[in-house]
Amino acid sequence: MRRKLRENLIGFSFILPSLIIIFSLVTIPLIMSFYLCFTDSQIGKLGRFIGISNFKLLLENSVFQITIYNSLLFTFISVILKLLIGLGTALILYNLKFSGKSLRAIILLPWVIPSVFGILGWLWILDPLYGSLNWIFQYFGFSKIPWLSSIFWARFSIILVNTWRGFPFFAIGFLGALVGIPKEIYEAASIDGTNSFQKFWFVTFPLLKPTLLVLTLFSIVMTISDFSIVYILTRGGPVNSTHVFATLAYQFGLSGGQIGIGAAISLFMFPFLIFSAIFILRIISKEEIY
Amino acid sequence: MRRSSFLNIIFIVIILIFVLYPFYAMFIASLKSPQELYNIKANPFCVQKPTLNNYITLLRKTNFLHWFLNSTIVTISTTIISITVSVLAAYALARLNFIGSKVLGVGIFIVYLVPQTLLFVSLSRVINSLNLSNSLWSLIFTYPTFQIPFSTWLLMGYFRSLPREVEEAAEVDGASKLKTLLKIVIPMAFPAIITVTLFCFVLSWGEMIYALTFISESLKQTLSVGTTTELIRGDMFYWGPLMAGGLLSALPVVLAFSFLVDYYVSGLSAGAIK
Repeated sequence: MRRKLRENLIGFSFILPSLIIIFSLVTIPLIMSFYLCFTDSQIGKLGRFIGISNFKLLLENSVFQITIYNSLLFTFISVILKLLIGLGTALILYNLKFSGKSLRAIILLPWVIPSVFGILGWLWILDPLYGSLNWIFQYFGFSKIPWLSSIFWARFSIILVNTWRGFPFFAIGFLGALVGIPKEIYEAASIDGTNSFQKFWFVTFPLLKPTLLVLTLFSIVMTISDFSIVYILTRGGPVNSTHVFATLAYQFGLSGGQIGIGAAISLFMFPFLIFSAIFILRIISKEEIY
Repeated sequence: MRRSSFLNIIFIVIILIFVLYPFYAMFIASLKSPQELYNIKANPFCVQKPTLNNYITLLRKTNFLHWFLNSTIVTISTTIISITVSVLAAYALARLNFIGSKVLGVGIFIVYLVPQTLLFVSLSRVINSLNLSNSLWSLIFTYPTFQIPFSTWLLMGYFRSLPREVEEAAEVDGASKLKTLLKIVIPMAFPAIITVTLFCFVLSWGEMIYALTFISESLKQTLSVGTTTELIRGDMFYWGPLMAGGLLSALPVVLAFSFLVDYYVSGLSAGAIK
């Protein structure tokens, strides 16, 4: 009894510092967001309760409608591209005849280097006048493409950079899972006379599935909540057509000073987060993934 | 068989170009003089007359060194805070059976997934009311909120994988929990602690939205915000210094990463999949 009490006390005191930090700077702001989104608060002004007016205003606002569309579109397409390119890269790295350690490190670079700095490189490459992409296009006699100033190409560029940044995460995640699959399983499969596609589809793929789900859910949360790619490449332009939740929340809440609306916009990310958290925890507790 | 390995090599080469080209383009641009940079005909893949003028401009005419110093201060202090706090929390969650430890473990994971972009609007209000705007303290206080959940989650998994017997032996000999942690668990968990330190460093070094929200004074900014707001002014891009700044900002991360790749990879798989 005495010992139990002691262990409880020690446990609490060990975890207390992190609880204080997280409670005061994550839990409280989160609760505040849920309160602020129902008020007309502005910077320097407390504001009063206005019910669901902010949400009504947002859902009727065409810029916000485009923002929902963009957030979903960017996340959906770039997560699929990241997954496919990442899986392809992992399979090739796994089958290399030599140890691809430095290759693996190089491929991880877009993921490791803080995204702000890599995106600056893309900003330069995509520059309509001096960027290298348009230089190549002109060299081969094509006309220049307005990479960041037409709606279609701006969306294309954002998805491109998202994919560049995120596929290494999938590649290394998948590679880790592939290395973990026992070789005997493949030997058994080749005795049964399967070709390499069948081997992948019936043996490798099912074993990769839990990893695939976890990586995808992580990637959804990170892609939908991303700020710096859109902020640096387009600032939401041309004419507010490439905003995502984070950049629009910044524009309304900070630049525009309308904290209530800003909070409401950022809360639209919350369902994705909770959905992913629940599923990841389920998969982790069910499967043994290493 | 032959053909497929040939295709593999082509695929990998394309991937390598895709991965590296943005950094290469930055490097080339950072070495060009304005005449070459703003010449539509000039080949973007190589530099005719390399010059270090962009780097000199960056260091002499902008607040780059201040931003670098600020990033260093914030990164080192938050990493130290986060590692200390996380080691304690992770040990408690992994080894001590106290009331609520299971719920807290799950809670840590959910907080780990909460992105900064969900909180920055209301956090700006908290920071304002604490009078911390335009102070590095605003970042030193807030960065641990995304470092601690990740670090705790990763360390918790690692502590659980350690053999329990050594710790039990120490306790039989009368060592306190804190002493067991310091003298036995931490030395054994050293690889995991290096991994977590590396991640905290990278996360803090590149953080953008909090820094952008809480700090507007140029001299107080960090690298991520300083380079992107001072060297891009509306439609004016100071391409040369901007590229030099981006590269110099990324350099410490690349160096740390290149020495500690294995730790990084193990952390990536442990953090994301375990």
